[in-house]
Amino acid sequence: MKGKTGLDAIRTQLAWNRLLAIVEEQAQTIMRTAFSTVVREAGDLSAGVFGTDGSMLAQAVTGTPGHVNAMASSVGNFLARHPLATLRPGDVLLTNDPWLATGHLNDFTVVTPVFREDHPVALFASTSHIADVGGRGFGPDANQVFEEGINIPIGHLFRGGELNQTLMDIVRANVRDPVVAEGDLYSLTASNAMGGEQLLKMMADFEIDSIDAVGERIVAASEQAMRKEIGALPNGTYRHEMDVDGYDEPVHIACALTVEDDTIGVDFDGTSGPSRYGINVPLTYTEAYASFGVRCVVGNDVPNNAGSLRAVRVTAPEGCILNARRPAAVSARHALGQMLPDVILGCLEQILPNAVPAEGASCIWNPVLLSSSLAGAGDNTGGGDFVTNPIFNGGTGARPGKDGLSTTAFPSGVRTTPTEVNEVTAPILIWRKEYLADSGGPGELRGGLGQVIEIAHARGAPFEVSKMFDRIQHPARGRRGGGSGRAGRVYIKHGKELKGKGKETVPAGTTLVLETPGGGGMGDPISRDPAAVRADLESGLVSEAAAKESYGYGGAD
Amino acid sequence: MQSNCRIAVDVGGTFTDVVLESGDRHFAAKVLTTYADPVEAVMEGLEQVMSLAGRPPGDAEIILHGTTLATNALIQRTGAVTALIATDGHRDAVEMAYENRFEQYDIDIDRPQPLTPRKLRFVVTERMNARGEVLVPLDESSVEALVPALVHGGVTSVAVGLLHAYANPVHEQRIAEILGERVPGMSVTLASEVCPEIREFERLSTACANAYVKPLMSGYLHRFASELEARGFNCPFLLMTSGGGLTDVATAARFPIRLVESGPAGGAILASRIAAERNLDRVFSFDMGGTTAKICLIDDRAPQLSRAFEVDRSYRFKKGSGLPVRIPVIEMVEIGAGGGSIALVDRLGRIRVGPESAGSEPGPACYGRGGRNATVTDADAVMGRFEERRFGGGAMTLDVPAARAAVDERVASMLDMDSMTAAFGIGEVVDENMAAAARSHAAEWGKPLAERVLVAYGGAAPQHAAQIASKLGLDEVIVPVSAGVGSAIGMLAAPVAYEVVRSRYMRLSEFDAAVIEDVNADMRAEAQDVVGSATSEPLVETRRAYMRYVGQGYEIAVTLPEATNRVEILRDAFEAAYRQLYGRIIPGLDVEVMSWTLALASGAPAFRFPGTDKDVEDALVSQQGPMYDPVRNAVVTAPRFTRETLSPGTVIDGPALIVEAQTTTVVTSTFTATIAPGGDIIMKRAEG
Repeated sequence: MKGKTGLDAIRTQLAWNRLLAIVEEQAQTIMRTAFSTVVREAGDLSAGVFGTDGSMLAQAVTGTPGHVNAMASSVGNFLARHPLATLRPGDVLLTNDPWLATGHLNDFTVVTPVFREDHPVALFASTSHIADVGGRGFGPDANQVFEEGINIPIGHLFRGGELNQTLMDIVRANVRDPVVAEGDLYSLTASNAMGGEQLLKMMADFEIDSIDAVGERIVAASEQAMRKEIGALPNGTYRHEMDVDGYDEPVHIACALTVEDDTIGVDFDGTSGPSRYGINVPLTYTEAYASFGVRCVVGNDVPNNAGSLRAVRVTAPEGCILNARRPAAVSARHALGQMLPDVILGCLEQILPNAVPAEGASCIWNPVLLSSSLAGAGDNTGGGDFVTNPIFNGGTGARPGKDGLSTTAFPSGVRTTPTEVNEVTAPILIWRKEYLADSGGPGELRGGLGQVIEIAHARGAPFEVSKMFDRIQHPARGRRGGGSGRAGRVYIKHGKELKGKGKETVPAGTTLVLETPGGGGMGDPISRDPAAVRADLESGLVSEAAAKESYGYGGAD
Repeated sequence: MQSNCRIAVDVGGTFTDVVLESGDRHFAAKVLTTYADPVEAVMEGLEQVMSLAGRPPGDAEIILHGTTLATNALIQRTGAVTALIATDGHRDAVEMAYENRFEQYDIDIDRPQPLTPRKLRFVVTERMNARGEVLVPLDESSVEALVPALVHGGVTSVAVGLLHAYANPVHEQRIAEILGERVPGMSVTLASEVCPEIREFERLSTACANAYVKPLMSGYLHRFASELEARGFNCPFLLMTSGGGLTDVATAARFPIRLVESGPAGGAILASRIAAERNLDRVFSFDMGGTTAKICLIDDRAPQLSRAFEVDRSYRFKKGSGLPVRIPVIEMVEIGAGGGSIALVDRLGRIRVGPESAGSEPGPACYGRGGRNATVTDADAVMGRFEERRFGGGAMTLDVPAARAAVDERVASMLDMDSMTAAFGIGEVVDENMAAAARSHAAEWGKPLAERVLVAYGGAAPQHAAQIASKLGLDEVIVPVSAGVGSAIGMLAAPVAYEVVRSRYMRLSEFDAAVIEDVNADMRAEAQDVVGSATSEPLVETRRAYMRYVGQGYEIAVTLPEATNRVEILRDAFEAAYRQLYGRIIPGLDVEVMSWTLALASGAPAFRFPGTDKDVEDALVSQQGPMYDPVRNAVVTAPRFTRETLSPGTVIDGPALIVEAQTTTVVTSTFTATIAPGGDIIMKRAEG
């Protein structure tokens, strides 16, 4: 019955396509309806559909890989606390616990079971970053998670369709912007409901009363494709290490990537212990960025679901900075998490040398600029209160066959906000925002450039800057003879250097300067095509001195 | 009395279509576009239709023109050597863009290259703030200093894009004056004129795109106009814009970027006119050609409008992989799948279709020109959706065995299926992609899909329309007459219109009616200037505000009532629009306006749909043939009708094929087709 099985295969594929379309639409709904700017503009959110056994069947591709398998495992945590059999139509569950969901309190995850004729058929989950969750505000300065804001254990946001008003009141009472927080929780709830409706419609269209069989095939096909690709890699353990700035002392990241037949194991044994500040990473977030690093190179066209994620196992010793224990402070866990793909790629380079880029700036540079009459660095000069959180990026590492990308987020996928909008929404002036010549690591293939940004208060008032930057002491390294990208810098123009992490004051009448890091180069710079050096020179991406010194370029040839 | 004589010309990438409306008849010509000078093909087409209609050039009342020339120049990068003059410290905004990757998992992507390379991006000393106050006066010597570099760099067109110049354009205007004196003949585009809107990347990207195509387009348009005059066409000559309105040559030559999507816009206007003729409130316009498909939602007889468009999405048509332009456009979603799209099986054993296309050479395997890829057209051929001998208007014979061989080799054998099942799979994947794009588009704009009538045009749409309608739960499909020259016919139905934008920031808590009046008067004068020269008819004014809650990232377009002298009016209009999009409002939160637009439009011209101009013969079944019926999952024997022979009132139950020169309509077994009085095919889905 060739025709019959063929038709079944096509129907499974169509159902799969439909599930992928549904979760993308779910994500789009959040993008449109969220209140937090970082969700709407930057895409810091995720959305997915899960089978009744809690296994993830499809996840939207959004702006952040930080939720890749964090979300997949969080639904298991929800079901452990509230088994499906105990849930009813109209129930909606919620948590922002960093260890049970996606790694810091700002991420709220909402899970909604879907019922068809009173039988649970699936669950939808969605996560978005809520700008303020109380506590000290978003930043790395806390010593314990308790200082970082409100923590909601897994519980009911809605029960049988009725809002848990007490819970909503608690959330509202504990955050600085209750309208935004409430709006975002409704946005997540609505997106799950939309996904549920679409799923039921799909089941009607396909005339099925369960998606279990389709789910099993999706998971099996993905797992098989992933394992096949891993199986083509040589068995062995590949080690790589990287030091990054940390908060007050460098953090050492040690990684051993083991290929064993059709499985990849990633282990971070040998990594530094916990920090006293908020850059610790719960394991769930370590898993996300570590597996994203693998997936950039191995099986990057296989969709994320329980099957494809299962083929990569991520572990870290309990209590190390990448498997932080409660009550460690974790607010700025992205500063370290976003560094993990570089380490993973360093391992993979040993078996896939032509598929791996050099190290990049990696960690986004997102200063929180603020002025508050209540805070210490008060504004006594009539500047007014404000808080704004623009995002800037450095360069990515040079790629096999291609230069790195200048001022481009990687591994994060967030978008930046325009200078003109930043200047409308806060009393700041961005006097300069342009490529920083010579910041790309030299190489046969050049690293992407960082940028220089000069920011002043529009009326010359003092303001504060809260920083979560890295690669100031530890620049992005090149590969195969390529040079390092230029290190980042934070300083007061014509004044003192600032630290990469924590809150400091920009004095009245001065200008804050940020130089984001460049990406590492690849291959010996001397072998770079002279035409490419000349083009860089003409474009001002490389100075004459650097062309001569790094590339041995002597002018017209 | 002499009957009317209106002409539309649509210059596309492959064909130039010319349609003449004379009385209630349409005369059409399709000639190959002449790349060296597109005016040649136009003149040839004009001659053909004039002689078909037996009318002299002096009879022509108006010539309407849409063209993809600007788009092609942007995609193929054949525009002018263009420089950008920016505010010191900000020349890279146009390249940094959003600093993101449009594809998360592909480390090899290239970011879109700006039209102005860095060595041609210059800076001047000046600075405005967001309120348009001068922080640093323009240092004119810094402008003068650029002249040698412009001349030596071979620059023929300059875009001037300064920070916050949407709020105060005096520095940009002064730079234009200086360039006019120092480099006479230089083409200059001011960002504050082409797109006076906040957000420097989008505004500068728009200005650069305009500057890039301006010398080319202005030369083309003036040549076109003088050629018309030389041939005795003494009538007005108007250009179709991407926003669906017509504008005069002077404006088009100044702002040629407004012409980029004029072809597809013509199609959407056609669908809108069908909606108006048939009194349909909700229409789903579906255009599917050789490489892409376009979907547009038409509510209350007007296509959905927007101000955001991306030219040259070079990476699988993915959002973010092209160059943004901010101009009035008819909002459409473009899908990288058409008749020529190639099907293959991926590593996960899934059938994938597009966006790679077999093009026209060698084309699909069934063209018999040596193509080996399995395309959507090949799958349609295997499923019996074409009449072999009438394929391409009888110009070529369809090679069904070649189609079957390609489908077998590229898909069926990989999946252990027979060729019919594989062909069905290819068709289903394409149709499902279209349905998914439609759902997502509707969700994005908060518009319902249900109860829409699907209007299908373009070569590949009528083969897939019924099945897509079924997937979306739509009950009615219209395949208009002359669907193959739909864009040109749409132009005949377009109004003269022009939209102007201004960014003037206002929080509703600081509402100031005088500011709004001031902005309106300013915009109205500019629009009047443009529209008044092209029409003397009474004009309809439409105003919108782009508003959001304070702190949100995106504005929504809010159509404003006539009077906006009280703050409650703006808030009510915003809340109504917000509720429609998102289902709820947020009480107590302040609202801000980022930009304002004003459009003036003439009423739509008197326009008659063509009648069938053939004598009606008996509606005979010309053929019987095997056809795969996707509803029954079986091969059935289906009758094949020739569209020209079908008289109004004819009823055809599916499954059946209705064949015409440019396309074939597939009536699936759940549909019944009726020929409407004008010749349109109306398919209705049977109950249950």
